[in-house]
Amino acid sequence: MSATLFVVQVLNGLQLGILLFLVAAGLTLVFGVMDFINLAHGVQYMLGAYLAVMLYTLTGSALASIALTLPASLVAGLVLEVLVFRHLYGRHHLEQVLATFGVILFLNQAVKIVWGPAPLNMPPPDFLAGSIPLMEGLRYPVYRFAIMAAGLAVAVALYLGITSTRAGMLVRAGATNAPMVCALGVDIRRLFTIVFGCGAMLAGFAGAMVAPILSVEPGMGDQILILAFVVIVIGGIGSILGAFISALLVGIIDTLGRSFATDVLRLFLSPSAARIIGPALASMTIYLLMAAVLAVRPAGLFPARRRA
Amino acid sequence: MSGTDWLGRICCAAVGVIAGLAFAGTAWAQELKIGVMAVLSGPQAILGSQLRDGFMLGVKHAGGKLGGLTTTVTVQDDELKPDVAVGKVKQLIERDKVDFVVGPVFSNILLAIQRPVTEAKVFLISPNAGPSPLAGKGCDPYFFVTSYQNDQPPEVLGKYAQDKGYKKAFLLAPNYQAGKDMIGGFKKHFKGEIADEVYTPLGQLDFSAELARIAAAKPDAFFVFMPGGMGVNLVKQYRQAGLEKIPFLSVFTVDESTLPAQQDAAVGFLSGMTWAPDANTPENKRFVADFEKAYGYVPGSYAMQAYDAAQLIGSAVKAVGGNLADKHALRAAIRKADFKSVRGAFRFNSNGYPIQDFYLVKVAKRADGKYQTEIVQKIFQDYADDHAADCPLK
Repeated sequence: MSATLFVVQVLNGLQLGILLFLVAAGLTLVFGVMDFINLAHGVQYMLGAYLAVMLYTLTGSALASIALTLPASLVAGLVLEVLVFRHLYGRHHLEQVLATFGVILFLNQAVKIVWGPAPLNMPPPDFLAGSIPLMEGLRYPVYRFAIMAAGLAVAVALYLGITSTRAGMLVRAGATNAPMVCALGVDIRRLFTIVFGCGAMLAGFAGAMVAPILSVEPGMGDQILILAFVVIVIGGIGSILGAFISALLVGIIDTLGRSFATDVLRLFLSPSAARIIGPALASMTIYLLMAAVLAVRPAGLFPARRRA
Repeated sequence: MSGTDWLGRICCAAVGVIAGLAFAGTAWAQELKIGVMAVLSGPQAILGSQLRDGFMLGVKHAGGKLGGLTTTVTVQDDELKPDVAVGKVKQLIERDKVDFVVGPVFSNILLAIQRPVTEAKVFLISPNAGPSPLAGKGCDPYFFVTSYQNDQPPEVLGKYAQDKGYKKAFLLAPNYQAGKDMIGGFKKHFKGEIADEVYTPLGQLDFSAELARIAAAKPDAFFVFMPGGMGVNLVKQYRQAGLEKIPFLSVFTVDESTLPAQQDAAVGFLSGMTWAPDANTPENKRFVADFEKAYGYVPGSYAMQAYDAAQLIGSAVKAVGGNLADKHALRAAIRKADFKSVRGAFRFNSNGYPIQDFYLVKVAKRADGKYQTEIVQKIFQDYADDHAADCPLK
């Protein structure tokens, strides 16, 4: 293991972390502010990717398609909100899980009917299509830097929006004590709709951003949903800062685990044993991290909701 | 005219009428029922769709009558869940009373449904999965495979890498049984150095970390098994990382089910198979042309093997004159494999697995803008699997 490889892997970890943040940000907002477990967040991410591919074939421009995906996924999210989610606010968590799981099954099957079961594809925008040499024999696509930039921009915008706007203040208040906000005369329903719309847009934006590097296929949201939940649980539910830091942590630890677990184990185990245990351990690292964080801080690193 | 003569004529006529009725009766009942089981939901549904469409084209080419019998096909989705598959296959056998079960795509489903099907003395034709347990000691007289034994496709790449004189190879596969089997298959003929052997969690999305390791290891060749969406991600990212100077050898990673998404990123990448859509036989030309016309996409090996399964059933039913009750004769007829496989030479080994040729295939873009694999060179001739020696069947 060389120093260059280590630096490259840390960069890869940061990039995975920022990608996870894009998905987890919307999830933690909705969960934290509305106390609503939205398992369908993953399929909204998938829908964003499909919409981006469809808009790409219509417009012929990847940039335009990513931009247009934002209003499109907002509309899709609001339709879901009116049809399904609105009736679940304030209900028991298990009922929310059941209903939003139903939405997962429905949408996974629906995209298959509309777009077919085969994976789809779209290229990155032309001006981001190149790559730069990172180490000998390895190039890094410029588009991946664009994803990192977009993720950082979303993080900053959300942070500023939440810390220094009136809507952001209400969101923070809602996350801390929703009944009190309601009692003070704020239209909590409208606030919920705004928050949910933001969450849907963030999920759709994440889906559109990854469409050029990942395969767009039915069920693509299910895998990332689990990781996103790990991120928001570690970060503290409802906290954007927590989601950001925990996403980076998860990304880096997962990547380093995958890259070096086998090599490290080889130092004190036989090569064949290291080869068997290494990958198993690597896929567990983030869950071990989650267990460790929860053992020390049961509400996550930066809990937004403080209950007596 | 004597009395007995007259009586004899009446008797004769009566026998004739009764025989005629009986014959009409059997002809009425003479119908061929086939259950097709494939994964038709979830991320792997594309493979099941290929399988189903290929089989249906086979039935269509026989005019809806495989072996001369009116053929009813019942399609079931196994959902890639062994328990669901067992439940549905029992339905096929007990409620639909099928004569053949064709399917599934995945080996773990096959191992779950094999006993329920063959113990009911129903023939099971596997158009894709070819696991080793059923090729050796566990071979079964009611079980035939129209694809290959699972070890064989990676052996093609291992042999190619060895013949090509590659000194150092980097191996990558998902961390589950099939991944380990594929790596084992590659290593059977490849005797060079293994730079590293990396197993990733099933369903991994981003391969940046692995790609950096490949670049750091500087191998002469890269061998990978990454099916479905994982393969789409890997191929795109491999190309974007500029690693394409390292020869890309693969199994089930670049094929007609993933190429529509991989497109240019996969062009020139290598794989191992018994066939490719450009195979130069008249049967294959008709198959590929009609398939694309009927279903609008390029058929892969999954469709081809299912099409051959339909032809195989047709040939056997015809050979026994539509008498499906004589299982012994029917098995002998299937074993003969008396049909023209679209891939060329095809016969069965004693264990019900094929003996056939294997090719190195390469991804190419066709003149019409679609993508397909194309045959580069023959690697194995009349290749049988190693497990047949352990099979007690003759």
